[in-house]
Amino acid sequence: MADQTAAPAYGSATAHIRESYIAQTRRKRIYGAVLLAIFVALMAGGFITADERNAGGFWEGLHQIFDFPAAVLSEAGEKIGRLPENLLEYLPALIETINIAAVATLVGAFGGAVLSMLSTRGMALWPRLIPLWRRMMDIMRAIPEIVIALILIFVLGGGPVPAMIAIAFHTVGALGKLFSEVNENASLKPVDGLASVGATWTQRMLLGVVPQVAPNWLSYALLRFEINIRASAILGFVGAGGIGYELKNAMAWGVGRYDQAAAIFLLLFITIVAVDQIGSALRDRLTHGSRKDLLA
Amino acid sequence: MTMLSASAPLSADDLKSRAEGMFRTKRLWSFGLPALVLAYLVYAFFAFDVPGLIDRARPENGAILVRDTYSYKTHVERDNRTGEITFAIEGERKGEYPEGTYPDWVSVDGDVTTVTLPKGHEVRYYPDHVEYDVPGYGTISAKSEGRGVEATYPDGPMPDFISAARNRVMVTTDAGRVTITRNRTEVFRYAMGWELFFFTLDSPYHGMAPGALLSRATSGEAGEIWDDFWHNEMWRHSDVAWAIVETVLMAFLGTFGAAIVALPLAFLAARNFTPLVVVRQLCRRIFDLCRGVDALIWTIVLARAFGPGPLTGSLAILLTDTGSFGKMFSEALENVDEKQIEGVRSTGARAVQRYRFGVIPQVTPVLLSQVLYFFESNTRSATVIGAITGGGIGLMLTQAMITQKDWEEVTYYIILIVLVVMLMDWLSGILRRRLISGGGEGGH
Repeated sequence: MADQTAAPAYGSATAHIRESYIAQTRRKRIYGAVLLAIFVALMAGGFITADERNAGGFWEGLHQIFDFPAAVLSEAGEKIGRLPENLLEYLPALIETINIAAVATLVGAFGGAVLSMLSTRGMALWPRLIPLWRRMMDIMRAIPEIVIALILIFVLGGGPVPAMIAIAFHTVGALGKLFSEVNENASLKPVDGLASVGATWTQRMLLGVVPQVAPNWLSYALLRFEINIRASAILGFVGAGGIGYELKNAMAWGVGRYDQAAAIFLLLFITIVAVDQIGSALRDRLTHGSRKDLLA
Repeated sequence: MTMLSASAPLSADDLKSRAEGMFRTKRLWSFGLPALVLAYLVYAFFAFDVPGLIDRARPENGAILVRDTYSYKTHVERDNRTGEITFAIEGERKGEYPEGTYPDWVSVDGDVTTVTLPKGHEVRYYPDHVEYDVPGYGTISAKSEGRGVEATYPDGPMPDFISAARNRVMVTTDAGRVTITRNRTEVFRYAMGWELFFFTLDSPYHGMAPGALLSRATSGEAGEIWDDFWHNEMWRHSDVAWAIVETVLMAFLGTFGAAIVALPLAFLAARNFTPLVVVRQLCRRIFDLCRGVDALIWTIVLARAFGPGPLTGSLAILLTDTGSFGKMFSEALENVDEKQIEGVRSTGARAVQRYRFGVIPQVTPVLLSQVLYFFESNTRSATVIGAITGGGIGLMLTQAMITQKDWEEVTYYIILIVLVVMLMDWLSGILRRRLISGGGEGGH
């Protein structure tokens, strides 16, 4: 850290280094302590504010936290015989939720792939427009899905399509950014080679870039699919169809329908865990697994 | 593509057939996969009932929405029984013109009130009937009669901008809209902009030029001006600001609370720190449970105990993210470099000190950058959770959308949300870059 070439006054130099090191450490500790104090104050202040603005307080609610799950579970337990029937009843809604997520991921991945190639240096079709595409993806990522979903529900009426478009829109932005990060690491030599034989931009991208980046793209798309399933369940809750909508209805009925709510909880939980596990296993294989799969 | 097989010498035929096989599989993939995707999309097209949706779509709603985002309308409404005329922006009580005042495009001449619409259109209220001049078409005259509306139109076929029924006549032109029913006659006049965004009509500062406003502010009225703006009843700026703060607060408490909870648990779930398989598996299953029970379910469950509000939202985020962070942190901890811990151990450090000086400095940049990334994306999730649990800007947004009339407010909220999310994105981006390059060792 310090210049140690000056040998003559060796003892005083080490003392000096030691002193400055201690001073530096002290300064760093003070900074750290101040930062920590600010952080703790923000957390505490934030918690108190949130607690005040909540309908029920934290401490009053804490002991009731298991009341509702207990009520649901006990009712589901009483009607355990109806569980298979309930599960079967809500299966179509679950499939709809998964379909929304899947189509949104496919459409979003396609859009994201195109946008990512348009916004990567060296690959862009119109290099001057790179900032435009980037800003566009930023905005697409920033708009929460619920905003688009609610607007589309107003125009198109309720159903899976508004949710699908809303999630796809967001996915284009999110995947576009991740894809373009992958693209930056891709070698441009195949692209140059293809250009030299007169390939069009689409051919250059499809044959030169896509085979290089496909495994990473696929892995990001799988991760996005997991996220999108959650999003599609939530959007259902605000009126976009699928299992979220059924859950809202079951909840609105309250006591007496809790066995159905429990069945929906169970379906949702199983789906999320299953997709999560399968997805992470696949992603693991794609990113560091057997190399011969990369050719797919 | 290079599959090197340095084993037994292969004959050219062998190589050829193998290469052909590879090309066949590759071709199958490159045609099969798109075909499969296409087939799935076709299935989804019908599963989602897209043809039915096109039937049910209401593009006119979209038109209303788009028009409302950049314009506002002033309602001129006459109660046909009392003859009283009110002028109100967006037809809301809060936007009503005070008694005896009216916009400058209205003129009152004795019993006759004339509303001038753009492009030469004109509506005249007479004591017993209403006349509407449509340039190029003629004058429509209507009066409320008995149980319905009696209207006379110029000769010729009925144009499609008039929808006439026995008890309701509606004329929609690009200059405005006139609706006549038995009880009331209403004229909508559209204008650009977001009216009353800064001050409502009852504020003395309404309609004042920015320069005049500034000079008033410097001469000691800044407090009143701010007060009138901040408590604007039409746009409710203070409520909106609070809602934004609530949303960000939900994300902040949830994300950082989750990080605090997840860090010690991650040590227990990491292979190199916890040799006990039981503890490790238990922690991992807790993470899986937290993540698997989605934020949606957590929100519903927690809302039962804590009621609607930002606290419920932040706890839901906290629980979900504890799972995600726990998994990510424990993976980061498993990849930690043992040499540094060894070095700290060689100086005679105890276990806690080894963690503090050997492990934490290594993982802090990685963990903090993950936390910051989540903070940004949770700002967005908090909007959605707010809509379910009833807190923050998400709630205001859904409320404004459900009433289906204040689309300019919806636009206002959307712009604010997008700005806040982009701000968070930008902030966390800067912090993450600083953490990764240089200053990386700065932990607390």
